[in-house]
Amino acid sequence: MYEFDWSSIPGALPFLWDGMKISLVITAQAVVIGIVWGTLLAMMRLSSIKPLSWFAAGYVNLFRAVPLVMVLLWFFLIVPEFVGQLFNIPKGTDLRLSSAMAGFALFEAAYYSEIIRAGIQSVPKGQIAAASALGMTYGQSMRLVVLPQAFRNMVPLLLTQAIILFQDTSLVYVSALADFFGAAYKVGDRDGRLVEMLLFAGAVYFVICFSASQLVKRLQKKYTPA
Amino acid sequence: MSYQWNWGVFLQPSAAGDDTYLGWMFAGFKMTIALSLTAWVLALILGALVGVLRTVPNKTLAGIATAYVELFRNIPLLVQLFIWYFVLPELLPASIGDAYKQSNPVLQQFLASMVCLGLFTSARVAEQVRAGINSLPKGQKNAGLALGFTLPQTYRHVMLPMAFRLVVPPLTSEFLNIFKNSAVCSTIGLLELAAQGRQLVDYTAQPYESFIAVTLSYIIINVTVMTLMHKFEKRIAVPGYIGGK
Repeated sequence: MYEFDWSSIPGALPFLWDGMKISLVITAQAVVIGIVWGTLLAMMRLSSIKPLSWFAAGYVNLFRAVPLVMVLLWFFLIVPEFVGQLFNIPKGTDLRLSSAMAGFALFEAAYYSEIIRAGIQSVPKGQIAAASALGMTYGQSMRLVVLPQAFRNMVPLLLTQAIILFQDTSLVYVSALADFFGAAYKVGDRDGRLVEMLLFAGAVYFVICFSASQLVKRLQKKYTPA
Repeated sequence: MSYQWNWGVFLQPSAAGDDTYLGWMFAGFKMTIALSLTAWVLALILGALVGVLRTVPNKTLAGIATAYVELFRNIPLLVQLFIWYFVLPELLPASIGDAYKQSNPVLQQFLASMVCLGLFTSARVAEQVRAGINSLPKGQKNAGLALGFTLPQTYRHVMLPMAFRLVVPPLTSEFLNIFKNSAVCSTIGLLELAAQGRQLVDYTAQPYESFIAVTLSYIIINVTVMTLMHKFEKRIAVPGYIGGK
């Protein structure tokens, strides 16, 4: 039988914490960009201006048809070179990491936009009619009437998506970003203790995601009108 | 832009000499399909079982099923894959583990990927099955019991035939996901579509053509599955329910 040796974990904790900070930063920026860009996409998709609506539908369907791994590879291997040539950025500037992070956020925005679209559509039509009757412009009625209600209904779903997104960050492994999982793999590989490190990483993800999802459940109960 | 487009590159003989680069792509395509379909069968069987167990009155069985779902839903797919591939063979008894590690490496990659994707997806299938069963009107179960069916009989003859038809539309998106998630298996060296794409970039030095071809392949899979499932959904929809006639 395999003999476990967990002794390399305590010494590696500071390095793993650095990795966790990167995972959290990627999650936070992807959630923020995802929600902002996702809201814009959702509004474009519901807009009566056809080209905007087509663009948003194309964007969302494209990103939802392609695996995240492929998107990350595009943004890691191909986009940096393309952008570098386009803007005459001197060779040697390493755009790959920021590019991978941008790709991640753009990908997640497609998923957020679908949640937000459903949220906007869940607001009764009379609300928009009432806002227009009060003389509000489209922008005002969206900002002051529709979106606040839509977001309130969506809070649990947006948070659940954030947990999924946090799990997805482990895939930046393909772009050599040293997130938590990348750090754990590196340490395990270096010390010949891959078995322990992978199990440890799995346990850490489980504890974080499980507690977060329990919190979301409680929040959901609190917000759901009885 | 100084990029030299060359779509003819796919017809050139590959570096190994026994195939064209298009052949490499097709091999990856077949691997993605084979992996996703076998994993999907596993996910459906386990997911149906666990989903049903989550709804039974027996607290122990329901508790085990809940633990199963939470375990596979709260650990990232990549971490699960690495645990199946790197950790599990080590934990087997030495004789079996060594024999396994000496078997065909492609077989090892495929088995780890299939079991990983299958179990990962089964937890999600189980949630849909549970939701389907819970969405049935209470009267159906009570009517079955009142007619003298035992609880297993009520499940088998009354509740499950309805529930399985109701969960088909939500399962479509899980079915689409399994093809996309299979790309994660490129990280352990399984030569499926995404891995072949990376290899094509290295060998042909035509990154745009390679990635566009691989991305299009995924889109084709996605559209095909969606079209087929849409037809299937229409045939199987329960009249009187949303989506039914």
